[in-house]
Amino acid sequence: MTAPAMSTEAEHAAVKSAPVVGRRRRKAERGKQRSSVLTVIIWLTVLYFIVPLLWLVISSTKDNADLFTTFGLKLGHSFQLFKNLGSLFTFQDGIYSRWLINTVLYAVVGSVGAAVLSTMAGYALAKYRFPGSRAVFNIVLGSIMVPLTALALPTYLLFAAAHLTDTPWAVILPSLVSPFGVYLMRVYAADAVDDSILEAARIDGASEFRVFRTISLKLLTPGIVTVLLFQLVATWNNYFLPLIMLNSPKLFPVTVGLAQWQGAAAAGGGAQVLFSTVITGAFVSIIPLMIAFLFLQRYWQSGLATGGVKG
Amino acid sequence: MTAETPRRMALSAPAARRSRGIHAGQTRTAWLLILPFLLVFAAFFTVPLGYSAYLSLFTSKLVGGEVFSGLDNYSRALHDPHFWEGLRRVAFFLCVQMPIMLAASTFIALALDSQRVRGGKFVRLLVFVPYAVPSVVATLMWGYLYGKDYGLITQMFDAVGLHAPDLLSPGSILGSTMNIVCWEFVGYNMIVLYAALRSVPNDLYEAAEIDGAGQWRIAWSIKLPALRPALLLTLIFSIIGSFQLFNEPNLLFNIAPNAIGSDFTPNLYAYNLAFRGQDNNYAAAIAFLLGFVVMIVAFVVQGVTNRKERQA
Repeated sequence: MTAPAMSTEAEHAAVKSAPVVGRRRRKAERGKQRSSVLTVIIWLTVLYFIVPLLWLVISSTKDNADLFTTFGLKLGHSFQLFKNLGSLFTFQDGIYSRWLINTVLYAVVGSVGAAVLSTMAGYALAKYRFPGSRAVFNIVLGSIMVPLTALALPTYLLFAAAHLTDTPWAVILPSLVSPFGVYLMRVYAADAVDDSILEAARIDGASEFRVFRTISLKLLTPGIVTVLLFQLVATWNNYFLPLIMLNSPKLFPVTVGLAQWQGAAAAGGGAQVLFSTVITGAFVSIIPLMIAFLFLQRYWQSGLATGGVKG
Repeated sequence: MTAETPRRMALSAPAARRSRGIHAGQTRTAWLLILPFLLVFAAFFTVPLGYSAYLSLFTSKLVGGEVFSGLDNYSRALHDPHFWEGLRRVAFFLCVQMPIMLAASTFIALALDSQRVRGGKFVRLLVFVPYAVPSVVATLMWGYLYGKDYGLITQMFDAVGLHAPDLLSPGSILGSTMNIVCWEFVGYNMIVLYAALRSVPNDLYEAAEIDGAGQWRIAWSIKLPALRPALLLTLIFSIIGSFQLFNEPNLLFNIAPNAIGSDFTPNLYAYNLAFRGQDNNYAAAIAFLLGFVVMIVAFVVQGVTNRKERQA
């Protein structure tokens, strides 16, 4: 199959020039003027992305009455954030903190595992030519197209037969497979690791594994972080897989737990008090990833685009 | 696959002589590196997929248990208005939502790349933030914003004295879903496109400016072509994502049960068949058929784009 890919030369040009261009262009652009019209238009667009989140933050400081009676973007009559947090973490015996821990566990184990497997496989596909390498890569590319939900049902049935459903493994094991991670890693490794360095190390008598461990891994670090981040978001946000695999509320990740609370709140029947708890829970659940993205800007700003620039 | 690892390696004479021994060692290393991935891939990808295909060929009967029924499930699906309705809906979703989302992403990426926006760095960060919000939380949040009684959108309409539309009615729920998906992914696509723009060598712009090309001309003739691979990537992801639509409608169902049926999207339909209706075999056939449709659409889009690229 043909991948969403450019020609090799273009790939190389894109990769090599990226950091250099950044520096060179910044200098050239210092003289460029700012456009007020464009600035206003763009910042108005930014409002669209930020106002819902602002609403979420403000709403998590309100009690249920204010939630329904006061304007969404204004503070309520009283500041109830801490009371809301208190009820969030004590509701149903404090199951929410359980959900947070589960999410962290599934996301970290799943994404680290996927990043390790993808790095090894992607590197091998990029740097070694061996019988079958082409076939393996084509299978990987083809599998990116397969809707993951098409896999969920049979995976569930197989796991049920193996008595693995309703255990953490049911969520972690399937998320170890990341064809897109392998693809990203292959694209990245093809350029980050120079063949001449590998050749020099080989002539010096280093074994293939030693070369991989001591030289290549270091060069691949930005790519690895990218794959890790990508998988982290995917597993952190995963809803479908844990929804079908897990039955016990104490095993839920935040996504499934919140969805259940939202269902209960929407169904009414005295569950109305849940609204502020659900909203506060939603707000708390997005904080960790926001912080991760803030600190890892360097990586996602160029990294997440790897497939688009080079592939 | 067109992208092949270039062999830039220039073997020296002694190295070439030793290359046979080295080659066997390298092949072994390569396989050892790939093996862990392949094992996991086989266990949690190939086997389930094969099992799904197998399941789809049987029908469970009240009497006699599972009976081989060949392609019956598939022909049933092809005559099933629920399946077609869902497929038509996600296809429509794709045709409307995807162009709007990609146009917005492209516009913001181009604006930021032009360096004419004040505070561009913050814009990049703020527009991207929704990507870090789980679709469950995004849907939950927008669901509240859409709400008729106290939703922010209704409040805003009331504030200016207008009658607020019911965003959770059967007629508008698809549009409301499109809006949520846009909100989630414009930022991610923008980052992909922006990085592609940054990788255009500056010389090209300088040359164009010397040739007297204006900013619009540069955007049209240099920047948009440079965006093609990135656009293709975002396009393929949008296709896969749209056809798989599940999280958003499944959550909106809680607050708008009358607007979203159990067959709103093919995925939702398959899920409800399997987990509410206990019809695993038929659900497997639907899921398989859906995967097939996604692959075909993705192939066609790639084929068309590649042909255009060759003509250009």
